[in-house]
Amino acid sequence: MTRTTRSDAVAGPDLSHPEPRAGLPGLVLVVPALLFYGVFVLRPLAATVQYSFYDWDGIGVAAWVGVENYIRLLTDPELINPILNAFQLILYFSIIPVIFGVVAAAIIRRLGQSKMAFASRTVLFLPQVIPLVAAGIMWTWLMATDGLINQILNGLGLDFLSRAWLGDFDTALPAVGVIGAWVNVGLCMLLMLAGMTKIDPALYEAARLDGAGSIREFFSVTLPAIRPELGIAVIITVISALRSFDIIYISTQGGPGNSTLVPGLEIYYLAFFEREIGQASALAVALTILVLAVVLPLNRLSRMGSGS
Amino acid sequence: MTASAREIWLGRGILMFVMIITLVPFITLFVTALHEPGTYPSGLTLPDKYHWDNFVLAFQSADMGKMLVSSVLIELGVVPIALVISTLAGFALGHLKVPFRRTLLVVFVLGLTLPFEGIIVPLYFQIRDYGFLNTQWAIILPLIGLFMPFAVMWMSAHFMNMPQELTEAARVDGANTWQLFWRVHVPLSRPAIASLAILLFLWTWNQFLLAIVLVDDPTKRTMAGALGAFQGQWGTDVPLLCAGSLLILTPVLIVFLVFQRQFVAALLQGAVKG
Repeated sequence: MTRTTRSDAVAGPDLSHPEPRAGLPGLVLVVPALLFYGVFVLRPLAATVQYSFYDWDGIGVAAWVGVENYIRLLTDPELINPILNAFQLILYFSIIPVIFGVVAAAIIRRLGQSKMAFASRTVLFLPQVIPLVAAGIMWTWLMATDGLINQILNGLGLDFLSRAWLGDFDTALPAVGVIGAWVNVGLCMLLMLAGMTKIDPALYEAARLDGAGSIREFFSVTLPAIRPELGIAVIITVISALRSFDIIYISTQGGPGNSTLVPGLEIYYLAFFEREIGQASALAVALTILVLAVVLPLNRLSRMGSGS
Repeated sequence: MTASAREIWLGRGILMFVMIITLVPFITLFVTALHEPGTYPSGLTLPDKYHWDNFVLAFQSADMGKMLVSSVLIELGVVPIALVISTLAGFALGHLKVPFRRTLLVVFVLGLTLPFEGIIVPLYFQIRDYGFLNTQWAIILPLIGLFMPFAVMWMSAHFMNMPQELTEAARVDGANTWQLFWRVHVPLSRPAIASLAILLFLWTWNQFLLAIVLVDDPTKRTMAGALGAFQGQWGTDVPLLCAGSLLILTPVLIVFLVFQRQFVAALLQGAVKG
């Protein structure tokens, strides 16, 4: 291997990586990964941006239309609606599972290494392991007119509440949200538990000596300590809400009407059914930017004050 | 300091409740799968007669043997290649002082949060031009690319934490970069590579969007993609749909239960790093 002194000079004294030897030859190792990434991710990503400035049906000649697709994106209610739906889904996919996860984990933490705590790890991970499509199929059946949920409501004498949850304009979006919450709650809880097990028990003893009750202890010891895990849980679940596709494709196909239409599904319909490649691409660009715009500040927030 | 008995019972109660909520959909699916085909059983009711043959029926009528072969082919195409090239890149970016290291890491990080929907439209035309539409290649090749940001970051984070003394000792013994990688670092990195393999296996098996857009024939898709096609086919035959869904779930569940410890660790770490 050639030992380039030049690369040392360029990189400077990087104390965290004092391995000074492999120069350009080491770069060869990156090439295969970069090739796949470039051809199948970066290239189509650039093409998405390019397509978004054209009016194209996928077959004929594409016509340059400038930012027209983006203007329609901001003015056509039919295109804004999916984005608003995705934001509403954040409540169900992210906020509810995270809050529930934190509270439940704080209580469970006291169980320590019991058998039940161990069993729960297995059970609560099941929704993370199965395909989202399967989750969609299960819940479609649970929430059907003859499904278990209505059966329970009828059994409790609450017949007036029972309905086709996924087929009703008022309940379809929350119903889809419940599926997402079911998928995410276990992950959130286990992430929080992982964060809490790292807390020094001495902190709790100190809090108790100061006369703090469970609630104060939670807010002054537990919550600050799990801030990184909290940030991660919020980021993952918010992304899962914004880019939701599988669950909705299976359970409602965006209906009834457009009440559960989300950006991912709208891109799919626009590009492959309505043949509006340009418009679909503009929405794809918007979705990509939206995810970044939400993740970057959250990421910074969760790293701040985490001590690293 | 011990928690009060009341708090412990509260903890148990909550845990029990969450576990029941998590399991109920699986139980309903299972019970419904045993009802008479073509019927529309209501809610969670036990069938008069247990139709275990529904599983055989679903397996045959959905051509599930072919689907299984297709999914395995896709896994074999994606996971080993993705592992090898991301380990190489991760080693170079995490442990060696290659030029443009920082820039390259940023390029990979950029793809970390990219929604697949963001590139699916041009990807369709690109795969069509390559002549791969409706073949397993249409899923394998893009999936390797799409896994690269996570896989490379994962491996380079791992190699960053490998002690430099190790490398220096190997250098003193006269090892070149390849020997350093293959003889010293890879054997010590087995746990990190194994965790990554588990995650990639799972994400490939469950991949849905690429499958439905790029491959029309359900018998050439991933399992999740094939499951999507089921619903259209058997939307009206609920017991068979449930039986088919269970059959598709079973392989992942078995792998999960066997490698449970590694799975949970990998998924939690994957969440943290992703």
